[in-house]
Amino acid sequence: MSAGDVILEVAGLRKYFPVRNVWKRRVGWLRALDDVSFSVRRGEILGIVGESGCGKSTLGKTLMGIHTATAGRVVFEGHDIARLKPHQSRRFREHLQYCYQDPGASLDPRWTIRGSLHEPLIVHTDLPRPEREARVREMLRAVGLPETHLDLYPHEISGGQQRRVGLARILTLKPSVVILDEPTSGLDVSVQATILQLLLSLQRQFGLTYLFISHDLSVVRLICDRVAVMYLGRIVEIGSTGAVFTTPRHPYTQSLLAAIPVIGGRRVTETFALEGEPPSPTNLPSGCRFRTRCPKAQPLCAQRDPPLRADWPDQQAACHLAD
Amino acid sequence: MAGELLSVRGLRVSFASDAGSAQVLDGVAFSMKAGEIKGLVGESGCGKTTLARAILGILPRNSARIESGEIRFDGRDLLGLPEETLAREVRGREIAYIPQDPSTAFNPVFTIGTQIDDLMRFKSPLLRGGTDDRQGFFNRYPRERRAADRARVLELLRLVQLPNPEAVLRKYPHEVSGGQRQRLMIAMALLPEPKLVIADEPTTALDVTVQAQILKLLKQLARERGAAVLFTTHDLGAAYEICDRITVMYAGQEVEEAPVDGFFGRPSHPYTRKLLDSLPTSEAGIRGIPGEIPRLIDPPPGCRFHPRCDRASALCRAERPAPERIGPAHSVRCHHRIGAAEPAG
Ligand SMILES: Nc1ncnc2c1ncn2[C@@H]1O[C@H](COP(=O)(O)OP(=O)(O)O)[C@@H](O)[C@H]1O
Ligand SMILES: Nc1ncnc2c1ncn2[C@@H]1O[C@H](COP(=O)(O)OP(=O)(O)O)[C@@H](O)[C@H]1O
Ligand SMILES: [Mg+2]
Ligand SMILES: [Mg+2]
Repeated sequence: MSAGDVILEVAGLRKYFPVRNVWKRRVGWLRALDDVSFSVRRGEILGIVGESGCGKSTLGKTLMGIHTATAGRVVFEGHDIARLKPHQSRRFREHLQYCYQDPGASLDPRWTIRGSLHEPLIVHTDLPRPEREARVREMLRAVGLPETHLDLYPHEISGGQQRRVGLARILTLKPSVVILDEPTSGLDVSVQATILQLLLSLQRQFGLTYLFISHDLSVVRLICDRVAVMYLGRIVEIGSTGAVFTTPRHPYTQSLLAAIPVIGGRRVTETFALEGEPPSPTNLPSGCRFRTRCPKAQPLCAQRDPPLRADWPDQQAACHLAD
Repeated sequence: MAGELLSVRGLRVSFASDAGSAQVLDGVAFSMKAGEIKGLVGESGCGKTTLARAILGILPRNSARIESGEIRFDGRDLLGLPEETLAREVRGREIAYIPQDPSTAFNPVFTIGTQIDDLMRFKSPLLRGGTDDRQGFFNRYPRERRAADRARVLELLRLVQLPNPEAVLRKYPHEVSGGQRQRLMIAMALLPEPKLVIADEPTTALDVTVQAQILKLLKQLARERGAAVLFTTHDLGAAYEICDRITVMYAGQEVEEAPVDGFFGRPSHPYTRKLLDSLPTSEAGIRGIPGEIPRLIDPPPGCRFHPRCDRASALCRAERPAPERIGPAHSVRCHHRIGAAEPAG
């Protein structure tokens, strides 16, 4: 296994949620993922960015089998797991782990931290108790928490510490790929920085591959090797972090970058031009899905849906007009 | 002082709980000029919302206690005013509030239009100096004023760039997006033509794109309408975008205050410096602030930042530093501030 081989490959992945009226009849589809393709190389950190509602969490959960894919392939370590039911894919997915956006959702308030950390090992392995306990202590140390925390309850520790416990919990299963869903959202910058440092050191220590989902582009720029930009269920740009941040090709990526405040730089409030919010994924525009907000839109954009074009080194963008 | 709209002095607020009493604001000094946008910055739990609620007179009655201090607003001592006067003349009229969680700001069972009507019925700027002020509660809503208020509401909803304002008024709060709700909050805050708008983390839950739109709007409208804005945030980037001056709080004590250029150009408190270094956009790479904010039930004595500060000395453990003026309108509370001439020997 050389560094850089493909560990996870996603092709044509779709996840449609039914839209129902008050009588529970289906009246349409919400296309949360609408033909998503990309691959992840062993050992890299791939960032997934985009405004809320663009499908980032749905992508993570569909890869994990928490949602069943509507169509498409997810090849993880050589097996297509896209259409498997959770119980069928458990043995494949043990090494693919999802770290929830809201740590409160993965820590049971009635359990001590020790209970929460033992649980995945009880479900997925037949390790005897002393070995489980040893693994739990090892992981708690790895995330920088003292062993005295094992007997505390989630509400007795800070938000930053809850994230650490959430990480320790998934690490107990020795995953190879970890999907981190907004791992620092809601944290103060000072705590965020310590969590990012921890993520990088865990990655080195355990040889992990990360799918790093975030709506914060500054954070993604700091720690990701490559980045995929999503808009309304589709990847509109993907490439090396350097290329995407220095020469963004898609007008949407350009707008996202222009919205980040830069202290000492120009004021975004004086220059930012993108208007409105994304349209509903139940009613997508014809052609290019970004055209309703795009400053460069042409008649062509309403007629044809642009594919991802691999026209630049280390970078692809789905735009008719990008150059 | 000329042009001073709000001045908070020596404000001490504690919260009672089973575990003891927490000193959440510990002698805070804070001031604002008419028409300025002032940032109140600090990590969560440092007391931003508590200060905002103290100014508005809406601290929870059963647990919070104002132990000492003074809050003067536009020539009046707010802590000395009876609740009835505060409710009728100040809150929602002279001082408007955009609370941290906008989803709790609206009542889910009424349409947005009904709630705005209610606001205008009692807090319309047309009431100012009017005689129907006192009996307003029992009176029906006079037709002419209602029409004038309605026109004003629609005008402001257009100004905050809500698409199709008439339709928005017929919607329920859950039917609009987070960004639209925040636009509504800004419109509602500005409707009574207040002298001060307190916006508590108005963009924290929003995407950067929507944040940029909302900040732009807040700045532009506050300027046009001559309202001062107290903008609390834990995001220094957002503060940079719109503030004239910034105050940094740490664990219930203000530690540095400066005009925006001095603040970012010459941060002088070690906490300010560390906050800036922990920004993901900082050139310092990834640097957190080791340690955690102190428990306010038994806070560290002296400067509350000293347990996390690499410049701390015995003096810092013993004594809270007094504010020191180090530049035009720039003051800092630190015994060993950054950039001070090192003592000889
Ligand atoms: N379980 C679900 N049922 C129906 N719609 C859903 C479900 N989960 C997510 N969605 C919708 O799918 C879209 C993408 O959501 P999500 O993946 O959570 O976005 P993000 O994580 O990027 O904010 C949204 O429009 C959301 O409302
Ligand atoms: N109603 C309350 N009862 C008890 N403690 C409170 C209450 N509200 C706030 N606190 C405490 O006061 C401190 C400051 O909180 P807050 O003013 O909300 O900070 P910020 O807005 O800066 O995040 C925190 O330690 C918080 O736990
Ligand atoms: Mg999400
Ligand atoms: Mg707050």
